[in-house]
Amino acid sequence: MNRPLAVGAAASVVAAVVLALLPFTLSGYNQVLASKVALYFIAILGLNIVTGYAGQISIGHGAFMAIGGYTTAIMSHDHGTNQIATLPLAFLVAFGFGIALGLPASRLSGVYLALATLAFAVSIPQLILKFSHFTGARNGISISESVGYLWLYGVSWACAAIAFVLAWLLLRGRIGRAFRAVRDSEVAAASSGVSLVFYKTFAFGVSAGFAGVAGSLFVLATNGFAQPDEFSVLLSLYILIGAAVAGLGSLWGIAAGAAFVALLPSISQDAPVVGDLLHEHNDVAFGVVVIAVMLLLPTGFAGLLHRGALTLASRRRRSTGGISAAEPR
Amino acid sequence: VLVLLLAAAVFLLIGSLTSDLFAQLTVKGVAQGSVYGSLALALVLIYRATGVINFAQGEMAMATTYVAYQLMLWGLSYWPAFFVTLAIAFFFGGATQQLLIRPVQHRSVVAVVIVTIGLFSLIDGIVIWIWNADPKFMPAPFSGAVYDVGGVTVSLTDLGTIAVALGSVLVLWLFFRFTKLGLAMRAAALRPGAARLVGVRVNWMLALGWGFATVLGAVAGLLTEATVFTLSPTMMQPVLIYAFAAAVLGGLESPVGAVVAGIALGIFLNLLGQYGGYLSDSALSLPIAFFVLLVVLLIRPSGLFGRAAVRKV
Repeated sequence: MNRPLAVGAAASVVAAVVLALLPFTLSGYNQVLASKVALYFIAILGLNIVTGYAGQISIGHGAFMAIGGYTTAIMSHDHGTNQIATLPLAFLVAFGFGIALGLPASRLSGVYLALATLAFAVSIPQLILKFSHFTGARNGISISESVGYLWLYGVSWACAAIAFVLAWLLLRGRIGRAFRAVRDSEVAAASSGVSLVFYKTFAFGVSAGFAGVAGSLFVLATNGFAQPDEFSVLLSLYILIGAAVAGLGSLWGIAAGAAFVALLPSISQDAPVVGDLLHEHNDVAFGVVVIAVMLLLPTGFAGLLHRGALTLASRRRRSTGGISAAEPR
Repeated sequence: VLVLLLAAAVFLLIGSLTSDLFAQLTVKGVAQGSVYGSLALALVLIYRATGVINFAQGEMAMATTYVAYQLMLWGLSYWPAFFVTLAIAFFFGGATQQLLIRPVQHRSVVAVVIVTIGLFSLIDGIVIWIWNADPKFMPAPFSGAVYDVGGVTVSLTDLGTIAVALGSVLVLWLFFRFTKLGLAMRAAALRPGAARLVGVRVNWMLALGWGFATVLGAVAGLLTEATVFTLSPTMMQPVLIYAFAAAVLGGLESPVGAVVAGIALGIFLNLLGQYGGYLSDSALSLPIAFFVLLVVLLIRPSGLFGRAAVRKV
């Protein structure tokens, strides 16, 4: 076991212990908030796979969340399926949609891809309104029985942990290497026998599946209600912002990105002195922070962690008399 | 593509001659489409200058329209306020590029896109802060006159919209084509390195590009207000999305394409709303517009007028 891996494993264990103990110190409201962090964690993780690793930008992940969320709501409402059983189902349905969108999208790149996925994000809520027979149109659709706060917290973070491990396993091996090859140079990847269409589409599907699970949890966290307005374009933009704050192409900053997106609206509300002002002008606070983060933290939170780790490492090496090589990032 | 366009024009002409309603809808579509087209052109200008899509374009247009509203509250009449607003928009756009975009420009596309999304949220918030979210009403730029052209009723608002939108596009084209500054700006956008070598101040040219784009956006914003008669913080969001579609349809590289595609989209949506049958539901117009967009992109990945990027393998 090499050292970064050991550090990562240790950090994960610490995080798991803290997360397991945390709910007992939180009020019900804060438990829901913490669950939202978990679901954004999953969504951002998903986006990071396709954008950060495979290099395919997507502004449509809110739509995949909508698909997952409505899967849960409809299965639970119309067929009385157990909520936990709907989560893998949401993954599969969203995965299917992801493949269906990813296949044509693999022809596009850059800005064209961004706009095509944006189109998807804009269209899905409209389609939900249109097929009101299944979706309850603007009134939404509610799950058969609502869930407890603690239950929600446990399930959300358990899903987040599973998703993280799955993503890590996926990205460290052959497939992850293929993703990065596609991202860094399509020409080089293609000439080494990596199928561009297959890997781009596959990345889209997996990523959409993660977003679908996040969407199911999202519905469970909003009192078990699925409404088209909740899944507007803004949701897609939030996920993208979260991914940028976390740092694309790395798994370690995602928690920070998720916390940023999930908590900023409510933190700015409770902030001393400026709290009331910020509460009324949430958009302003959000915009300012997003721009500031992009200007000041070019590689996101993961980059910050990485740099911090490098500084620590070089300092230790210097003190033990080793050579402090400036590691190229 | 030209053949297709010609066929579409002939189809529209025949339709207009046989049905008054059809002609009326076509004119309305051209008016709406020219607004989409001018915002799409603003997007194209920025794309050519900076290589990114400005998600805040619509909100910047909305904010400048609020500036015009404020100027009119202070007693300016419509057209002076219109031109003062355009001047303000120019500085607003240039300053945005210098302060917010330039620092992240050399980084990834994603970084710039996210900054513009942040800007989107910021402008929205500031506008609501200053003017609150209630819809506002501005004096109309054109009288409510309606003309009868051979049985087809055409409103002055539609004609004025077409004239102002296409007029500003034309002025911009003349500027880029025939002035030295325009040439310098094109050079800065196409070959920044070479332009710098021959003495073009590339950064200022890019700021100018953002300035002009914001001016076009302001025109689109003011014209949108003139057609929907109310001013609200969300008014530009649907327009922006159609402008995206138009810009992509036209090929992001092509100014002509953006305008033509904008007008085509306007006509298409208007006719669809009347003759589309099951598809004429207004809730479906966005998905349909995007389905068309997706199909076009799949057939021609760089838009109708764009040049395909050549890749060496």
